[in-house]
Amino acid sequence: MATAVRQLDQYVEAHGDLRAQRLKEPAWLQRMRDQAWHEFRAQGLPTTHDEDWRFTNVAALERIPFRRAALAAVANPVTIQDIAACRIDGALCRLVFVNGRFAPELSELEALPDGIEVINLSEALTNENLEAHLGRYADRERDAFVALNTGLWEDGALVRTRRGAAIDRPVHLLYVTASNGAPVMTHPRTLIVAEATSRVAVVEDYVSLGSGQAFSNSVTELVAGQDAVVSHYLVERENLDAFNISTLRLQQERGANVHSHSILLGGGLVRNNVHPVLAGAGAECLINGLFVGAGQQHLDNYMLVEHAQPDCSSRQFYNGILDERARGVFHGRIVVHKDAQHTDAKQTNRNLLLSDDARIDTKPQLEIHADDVKCTHGATIGQIEEEALFYLRSRGLAESEARNLLLHAFAAECLDRMKEAPAREFVETLIRERLGEMAARHSSKRREAIESETEVAQSWEEVG
Amino acid sequence: MSLLEIKNLHASVDGHEILKGVDLTMNPGEVHSIMGPNGSGKSTLAAVLARRESFEVTAGEALYDGKDLLAMKPEDAACEGVFLAFQYPVEIPGIGNAYFLRSAMNAIRKYRGQDELDAMDFLPLFREKVKLLEMDGALMNRSLNEGFSGGEKKRNEILQMAMLQPKLAILDETDSGLDIDALRIVAQGVNALRSPERSFLVITHYQRLLNYITPHFVHVLVDGKIVRSGGPELALELEEKGYGWAEPDQVPA
Repeated sequence: MATAVRQLDQYVEAHGDLRAQRLKEPAWLQRMRDQAWHEFRAQGLPTTHDEDWRFTNVAALERIPFRRAALAAVANPVTIQDIAACRIDGALCRLVFVNGRFAPELSELEALPDGIEVINLSEALTNENLEAHLGRYADRERDAFVALNTGLWEDGALVRTRRGAAIDRPVHLLYVTASNGAPVMTHPRTLIVAEATSRVAVVEDYVSLGSGQAFSNSVTELVAGQDAVVSHYLVERENLDAFNISTLRLQQERGANVHSHSILLGGGLVRNNVHPVLAGAGAECLINGLFVGAGQQHLDNYMLVEHAQPDCSSRQFYNGILDERARGVFHGRIVVHKDAQHTDAKQTNRNLLLSDDARIDTKPQLEIHADDVKCTHGATIGQIEEEALFYLRSRGLAESEARNLLLHAFAAECLDRMKEAPAREFVETLIRERLGEMAARHSSKRREAIESETEVAQSWEEVG
Repeated sequence: MSLLEIKNLHASVDGHEILKGVDLTMNPGEVHSIMGPNGSGKSTLAAVLARRESFEVTAGEALYDGKDLLAMKPEDAACEGVFLAFQYPVEIPGIGNAYFLRSAMNAIRKYRGQDELDAMDFLPLFREKVKLLEMDGALMNRSLNEGFSGGEKKRNEILQMAMLQPKLAILDETDSGLDIDALRIVAQGVNALRSPERSFLVITHYQRLLNYITPHFVHVLVDGKIVRSGGPELALELEEKGYGWAEPDQVPA
């Protein structure tokens, strides 16, 4: 088999380098990492023969010699000015990581209120026992990227809210990749534990500085205790050469209410895994997403919603906007376990294709083992309606403005579901900029079309 | 000078010729009605004048205020003062009615070199027109035409017209599907806008609307050509005798 001959040298090398540094880690964690590494070596990276990866080819992750960023000999390569624009007005605090490593001098953690802890993970491990949660949920046996992350993570964030704490302002986790030419890889790890009846929102924000190639392979485990209310935002806005594989694993106890918002605007090849397990009766989750792609972007959304207990509800709403040769994937799988009676699961995926070369693959999948459930799904694929465009223009709006307004209206459905104002306004600004850029590119479409003919372009599916 | 002067206008859609030589002259302040059977080209004429790009003009010209209307984009025609009340107004989820209307007004004001309106300037004007059209104010905070009844959509068209204050308003079968109350409200909205500077082209299938909006001229469009023109009495005659009476082979030499 092809996988048997794959070397994956770049990851093996990173693993070798890191092992030596890990001797001071708790024994349970060392065991978990060894086990994960074993899993990764056994599985190798997935191929398009794997049903879960049918539409997304990650062979480039094997070919490109990604390395861990060199440990900075002197000062951090990133300054506070570099990330001045990466700020959420009204955020509670900001934890910054550069190339997978905590950057205390760039972070803002002053005066946190009672009831919340925000700290980098490697620091947290020196004086807390995280064995009860860390690595307990994300499935490293089925998912090679989770296994790889578990083997290779250097740092990440721990956000923990104490029982009953109500934290009004969102926590901002900023993951920066800054490569100065050589392809760099990071494997950020985040653990969010919201104890019973607490409330918190966390924004994970991925950005790149410079145009270098980077591979971010992040895993986030979010545990929502009984009746906790948690919002999680994933913002992907890296450069167009970036590879971003992220896995969000939600564990929801009885009555917990979790909102997951994924906003994919950047990145060249992006895979966004969201996997909630409704593990307590009466839990609710909202899985909301917007993906906006142009050029050669490939944006893959893989949802796996597991209803494990009765009386839970899940809502999935994903909207995609794809222009030029961008490609999107929406894979929405709902699994209702035998005991999960009165499950109410709904899934909707709406897509706008702005060019003849853009493509979306949308695939709902229902697997139902209980007999008293309500599951619905629907997907639509359309273009900007000429009728709507003419209507707006006939009232005086210029074509680009009318087009922009229609795109924004389509995106607004997703924005309306975001309840935390600072996070929503932050995301709205990013979306407005991205759509504005796209509308401007569209009006000079003809010129671009000619240029892109001459590009040496390969779609991700053809690579390897 | 006439406001609109159409000469020998021919237009096609997907290679089918729909307008086959339309001539029409409208002066400022005049109300003209175009009547005709289904498929005669009434809505095509409206769409061509509002510069819908899917209709191809194959011959003829249309001067609007002395300018070549057929060279304008839809947004330019709108900014020059042409307004089309749609037969089937489009529903656009995610764009608020009021927000949209203010954006449109500001696009037009910008084109004319006027200052943009802020919410404080806009709202009193907007509320006044909402009242004129007897619209539900709450509806106006919702998305553009979304969930509106047929009558509400048509009234919203007239509301937009009242806000945008065009020089040439084209009403494309605004009366179709309206109950008597909605018809009265729409007509009242139109009549409130009549002025010596503003002209209306009222396209309709039925004479009924013209009881409320009295036109100066009535034209009968059959198979892409105006076959008869006259005063308001022509509408009554049509109502009585049917369109067959007005068709060319029936007209006495």
